[in-house]
Amino acid sequence: MTLNYISGAEAVIKALVDNEVEVIFGYPGGAVLPLYDALFENKKIKHILVRHEQAAVHAAEGYARSTGKVGCVLVTSGPGATNAITGLTDALMDSIPIICLSGQVPTHLIGTDAFQEADTTGISRPCTKHNYLVKDADKLCEIIHRSFHIASSGRPGPVLIDLPKDIQLSNVKYVDKISKIKKINNNNSSNIDENLINKVATLLLQAERPIIYGGGGIINSGPTASKLLTELVDILDCPVTLTLMGLGCVPNTNKNFLGMLGMHGTYEANLAMHNCDVMLNVGARFDDRVTGRLNAFSPNSKKVHIDVDKSSINKVVSVDYGIVGDCKEVLSALIKEVKKLHNQKTIKSKTKWWSQINQWKDKDSLGFKQIGNNIKPQQAIKSLYEQTKNFDTYITTEVGQHQMWAAQYFGFSKPNHWMTSGGLGTMGYGLPSSVGVQIAHPKSLVIDISGEASFLMNMQELSTIVQYKLPIKIFILNNEWMGMVRQWQELNHGSRYSESYTASLPDFVKLAESFGIHGLRVDNINNLEATIDEMINIKGPVIADIRVEKEENCFPMIPSGAAHNEMILSSDDNNKDTSNEGLALV
Amino acid sequence: MSVYQKNEVIEVKTSRTLSLVVDNQPGTLARVIGLFSGRGYNIESLNVTEIDKIRNLSRISLVTRGTSMTIEQIKSQLLRIVPVHIVRDLTLEGPFIKSELALVKLVVKGANRVEALRIAETFRARTLDVTLSSFVFELTGKPSKLDAFTDLMRSLGDTEISRTGVSAISRGEKTETKLLDQI
Repeated sequence: MTLNYISGAEAVIKALVDNEVEVIFGYPGGAVLPLYDALFENKKIKHILVRHEQAAVHAAEGYARSTGKVGCVLVTSGPGATNAITGLTDALMDSIPIICLSGQVPTHLIGTDAFQEADTTGISRPCTKHNYLVKDADKLCEIIHRSFHIASSGRPGPVLIDLPKDIQLSNVKYVDKISKIKKINNNNSSNIDENLINKVATLLLQAERPIIYGGGGIINSGPTASKLLTELVDILDCPVTLTLMGLGCVPNTNKNFLGMLGMHGTYEANLAMHNCDVMLNVGARFDDRVTGRLNAFSPNSKKVHIDVDKSSINKVVSVDYGIVGDCKEVLSALIKEVKKLHNQKTIKSKTKWWSQINQWKDKDSLGFKQIGNNIKPQQAIKSLYEQTKNFDTYITTEVGQHQMWAAQYFGFSKPNHWMTSGGLGTMGYGLPSSVGVQIAHPKSLVIDISGEASFLMNMQELSTIVQYKLPIKIFILNNEWMGMVRQWQELNHGSRYSESYTASLPDFVKLAESFGIHGLRVDNINNLEATIDEMINIKGPVIADIRVEKEENCFPMIPSGAAHNEMILSSDDNNKDTSNEGLALV
Repeated sequence: MSVYQKNEVIEVKTSRTLSLVVDNQPGTLARVIGLFSGRGYNIESLNVTEIDKIRNLSRISLVTRGTSMTIEQIKSQLLRIVPVHIVRDLTLEGPFIKSELALVKLVVKGANRVEALRIAETFRARTLDVTLSSFVFELTGKPSKLDAFTDLMRSLGDTEISRTGVSAISRGEKTETKLLDQI
């Protein structure tokens, strides 16, 4: 063995360092012991020991989404890898760059049903952007460098690298990261050409009722894209709405921002989408939560779609102009062209359009009445926002009613400050995700807005939070129900609440105390603000058990199978039965 | 999703022949097939083999059926797969040749043996194996020709059929050499 050779495991760690990995979330096991051995003396990578492999991936997602970097995960073979699958699927659906290293039984045992063997590349194939099984130690370094490129380029996504134990132990010659990775395939090639940009810019300037609808692609494109989008909105003075994934791209205080759109979006955002004459979709994918019934989706508009992934264009909604390219590049070209044309002709007056929108706004679709002493969940989020808006606050959520209320009532002024499971809708996402966010931003205020049922799904991570002294605030909207399930059962299944009650809940205050952290409880509206203040002022982690109105439903809502202009604004509004087709939808 | 979409205009589904150049490595075919099953597309015919030993590339010839929107979606989705380098829509590109090979075993005795040989001759099939009670024929050509031949053979006796699936290439002088050099 010459000095040039190092072990496969050491090469992996060196490759991670070369790819600027500072933190790795993982859980050890038999098949990754050589890797853990290589990590033991390493000073450049900090390993965060989670309590479940699913949480490792969510933590890496939180890290990636709040920093724009690639998140890194290390799990063992068999159950370690299968536990990571939910996280990987979540990252694929939300386009989050993740590298997941998984251990594997040694190559000569693959296929023999060895202890803790699973066909990891087979299982993870449909839920990763790409995956590798390293069978040849000479290709190890190249595969890792290439994986980072795949995970972070184009439409980002998770890449899994399966590492048999003998490969980790073999001697390899370290190969440096090549500065230019050859083109992988031509799907990422953009088609930004002057002609197309000119047509779109003209269309936007001539529009009488334009709207911009932005999504997570803007966040993935980096903070510049968000600034450019805001600039375009200001130039055109047109309304803008954002998807769940896009919240924060345009500051919530911007006068042109109509709030979130879609199933639980605002009345004005959805009606503006329905009645617009030109729609510019930037980095969103016409998800079914956003479009409602497709054959009634924005029927009279010309549609422009900017997306880095060609397959997103014309997937569910046919558009008039599809621009394949990175949001920030397309937006900057578009703004230049709009400015150029703007000097030649004036923008069409939008007074009529704005007065129409303001009429819709007057409906106050997010209005609610705080009666009595019970805490309305909407008020809980509103107060949380008011009391934290002067901090650098990062919000993560689980999935369900609390998630929608957080999206509706918490204001996001910056991108990368809102981490929620959008595409996959993974309950249990928020707590581990907040671990990743707090690791990346140790000085910031990180709050996991949770529901009691979602919290129970990954509450083992309290142990991680305590181990690393992460001052995460867990804000549980506790209504003792799987609220969104209960709401759908009420609306669609004759209030037959089958298995949606969260029975046998723990005492969250005592649970917190058992981990040596603070637990708070509040059930009276008059004490809400004081409790939130106390939560913020406590130095360490806190579980705040916010006992909210139990039967509260999340409105406004587009019932399943309905169109944007068929929203219901409150329970009293729900006099139409859901169609049979709607019943079949999720 | 499909329930949302009540298509007022029913668009015709057509058959399309796609030609893919992919890395010849484990998992590539699984990814391509997984895409079709996972997203509910059809595969009518599939044929895969290595075409370039130095660059380690394989060609997948694939026949699928769908509306033009679905086909465009299939093509874009295929290109998202990392080891898929080229996706060509031969049906859309222009004239092309589709060819397939069939091996047909026929168990037959008596007068039908002569009939089988006569039909085989008419179809220009080669006889690869003969016993006193059976033949194995090899036939190449358009899938419809192979269909006709196998139907006739079935009526003569017990058969066993093995077909390769369609292999396709465009007519004329256009090649992929330049595209392949970029890989």
